[in-house]
Amino acid sequence: MRTLLGTEDLDRSSLDGLLDDAEAFLEVLDRPIPKVPALRGRTVATMFFEPSTRTRLSFERAAKALSADTLSFSPGTSSLSKGESLKDTVQTIAAMGADLMVVRHRAVGAPARVAEWTGLPVVNGGDGAHQHPTQALLDALTIRRAKGALDGLRIAIVGDIAHSRVARSDVFAFATLGADVVLVAPRTLLPVDLTGWPCEVSTDLDAVLSDLDVVYLLRVQTERGGASVFPSLREYLRRFGLTRDRFARLRPDAVVLHPGPMNRGVEIEAAVADDPRALVLDQVTNGVAARMAVLFHLLGGADA
Amino acid sequence: MTRRRVLDEADIRRAIRRIAHEVIERNRGADDVVVLGIPTRGVPLATRLAAAVSDIEGTPTPVGSIDIGLHRDDIDRRPRVPLGPTYVPEPLDHKTVVLVDDVLYTGRTVRAALDALADLGRPDRVQLAVLVDRGHRELPIRPDFVGKNLPTAPDERVTVRLREGDEDEGVWIEDDR
Amino acid sequence: MLDLVLRGGRVVTASSVDVVDVGIAGGEIVALGGHMGEAATEIDCSGALVGPGFVDVHTHVREPGQEWKEDIASASRAAVAGGYTAIVAMPNTDPAIDSGPVARFVVERGSDVGLLHVAAAGAITAGREGTRLAHLDDLWDAGVRMFTDDGDAVADAAMMRRALEYIGDRGGVLAQHAVDPSLGAGAMHEGWVSSRLGLAGIPAVAETTVVARDLLLVAETGCRYHVQHVAAAGTIELIAAAKDRGLPVTAEVTPHHLTFDHTAVLGTTDPVYKMMPPLREPDDVAAVRDALRAGVIDMVATDHAPHADHEKDVPFEEAPNGVTGLEWAAAAVNAAAELDERTFFAAMSVAPARLAGLVDHGRYPAVGVPANLVVFDPATTWVPSRTMSRSQNSPYLGRPLTGAVRATVVGGEVVWDAGGHDDAA
Repeated sequence: MRTLLGTEDLDRSSLDGLLDDAEAFLEVLDRPIPKVPALRGRTVATMFFEPSTRTRLSFERAAKALSADTLSFSPGTSSLSKGESLKDTVQTIAAMGADLMVVRHRAVGAPARVAEWTGLPVVNGGDGAHQHPTQALLDALTIRRAKGALDGLRIAIVGDIAHSRVARSDVFAFATLGADVVLVAPRTLLPVDLTGWPCEVSTDLDAVLSDLDVVYLLRVQTERGGASVFPSLREYLRRFGLTRDRFARLRPDAVVLHPGPMNRGVEIEAAVADDPRALVLDQVTNGVAARMAVLFHLLGGADA
Repeated sequence: MTRRRVLDEADIRRAIRRIAHEVIERNRGADDVVVLGIPTRGVPLATRLAAAVSDIEGTPTPVGSIDIGLHRDDIDRRPRVPLGPTYVPEPLDHKTVVLVDDVLYTGRTVRAALDALADLGRPDRVQLAVLVDRGHRELPIRPDFVGKNLPTAPDERVTVRLREGDEDEGVWIEDDR
Repeated sequence: MLDLVLRGGRVVTASSVDVVDVGIAGGEIVALGGHMGEAATEIDCSGALVGPGFVDVHTHVREPGQEWKEDIASASRAAVAGGYTAIVAMPNTDPAIDSGPVARFVVERGSDVGLLHVAAAGAITAGREGTRLAHLDDLWDAGVRMFTDDGDAVADAAMMRRALEYIGDRGGVLAQHAVDPSLGAGAMHEGWVSSRLGLAGIPAVAETTVVARDLLLVAETGCRYHVQHVAAAGTIELIAAAKDRGLPVTAEVTPHHLTFDHTAVLGTTDPVYKMMPPLREPDDVAAVRDALRAGVIDMVATDHAPHADHEKDVPFEEAPNGVTGLEWAAAAVNAAAELDERTFFAAMSVAPARLAGLVDHGRYPAVGVPANLVVFDPATTWVPSRTMSRSQNSPYLGRPLTGAVRATVVGGEVVWDAGGHDDAA
């Protein structure tokens, strides 16, 4: 593995291998000294061209727990504001001695271009509405730890599928790991053509609720206003939000995931968000371990 | 290629039994002993050793595993291998840790295990038990307990197979001559 | 003595395709026939087609204003290398060609470069902003016969109607960049590839809704109307129906829409495949090929749109639209569309010359006809490794092509001779 740009091309054994290692890293993170020397002397550059404190911190925590050094780039403090191109920026950071880049960018395919321009191993930290593969890994890890395995689980991904890189990564990862995935959204929030997506589609959350093992709620992008794709946030909650009433109709062992940050009262009612079966904080912890596994896979080994 | 068996199943059983006695003798009992196996084949050997110690002493001996994949000094020279489990059954402070591996060769694996151990706690002492010592050390490391000293040439391979994960059991020496 | 003889080619005339020599003197064809005597210059045309030079009604020469992408000199060099004897410069320059002086500047620069005929299209609205008419009469007096806001559609229906009325009165042609701006805000064709990549899509209806509306206005005004770069199958049905009703409608297709579909964007999301309209579905590619063969689409136009490396070396969504194409258009059409010789030259030369009102171009070889000719070898396979354009943004670079321009003759002068260039046939 040289880059991690998406989940579509990851086969079962690669995913299992990453998740197995992530479990080992969870144990490392639980030690009195949660740090191992595996990537000593390596430098991981986190290139976040779109602000995201939590994902960046998660990657940096992962790198440091592996004893890698980190270079942190953010557009607010950079020469991007002076008009420097993406290509020049990443080539500059590469010349400083980065061994791997984590790239988040609002444009689809930007991490692939960075890999091309720098020749470095690249981890996609989220590109537009395309892919966010480490999110899928941490989600799969969270589900696996809660349910033992993903095989045969019925998982609904609910919300703005069309604009969601999380959904695109999760669908392929979950399906490859043996889950049975259903996308739930109004048609205006669904991609136009789902050819090749290993999932079903429904526009009725209530109709699929009762046989779900996992409900994965996507964040409603309230900053988009929502106005152009659904009538109002209030109506969204009524039709697609996980209300207390809907939560009560789930199977008693069903769990709830959310990539964060949550909009309480929009896609999830506050009381549901605080229920022990909402695994949002587990996802955060698992995120560090999953990212350690990815960094270790890309940098630890003679083939890297 | 030539291939010759140097230990069979019964030899291994006797070696572990003997090491168990030596561990108890050296430590005047086994009250503070924690046995940690180094994956892959050190782990079943550690389990057997702990069982033998428990059997002799009549009290349970804690056993766990310590993976060294993240502490190897050749991470960027060898293909990556999957990480093994690290499991510490109880806090190691003030304990005597007996590290268990199948074959002692260059000593680099043990060096990595000692580094890994330092992150997990501060035992009073650490001892090393191996099924086979084949020589050719590259670091100042020596075993405390040895199942069999096996003089080898550097181009020979020592293969250990155990029932827990393999089809048969024994120790073989192979070479390509 | 003759100035030039094109020897032994398969000459495509108005009535036949024969292996004859073409004798040229004084800028005109003076003889067609069997073995012709000595000439100052001779070109071996054996195995190649000799026909009217290609005419491109859709070239972005980028001058004035964006000379780092292309200028009239470099566009002229690329055009003659591609077999063109005339090109029509699109008005989305800076300043836009929305007034007489800018149009004259472009035409005069083309004459100064002197490789081929450079005509100018004029903007329909001032600054191509869609709010008020450009100086249409000044443009007309500067020789402009084709009007377009290319790069943008004339989206406002009332503005479109007014422009059709005014340009129709003068006998000009209005060419529409048929992409509705509200439906066309995406980065690529709306389909399974855009859905998979998470890229905002441009549905086929972004094109068909504009054409459908325009055709209703054309029926009312009677103005000549030309659909630029048809990419959606649905547009073809609309055009065919309009032609059946006798409306004065023509249409063009680009080489890249005849060659590639939206799956080209998969993988590395290479911005070399980003253009407007976007590459659409394999069914659309098949439909535009069929329509070109059947004559529903009248002509090929390159939409040669140069962009500098630094402008395309960005993520897909941030890249400007456009690909270059002058040099390889004929080869791409040759490989993709499988046209007979006559339809090939009709689409590449005759129909575009007629649309642009270029009376000396797009004429089948005959005695007395101006010698604006191309020698095109349809069988040679080669891989282009460089370009005469200032920009490199072509998906054809590095890709095997079938068909090569051996020579281009403008006004009796050999302006391109591939024999002198090591990367051509």
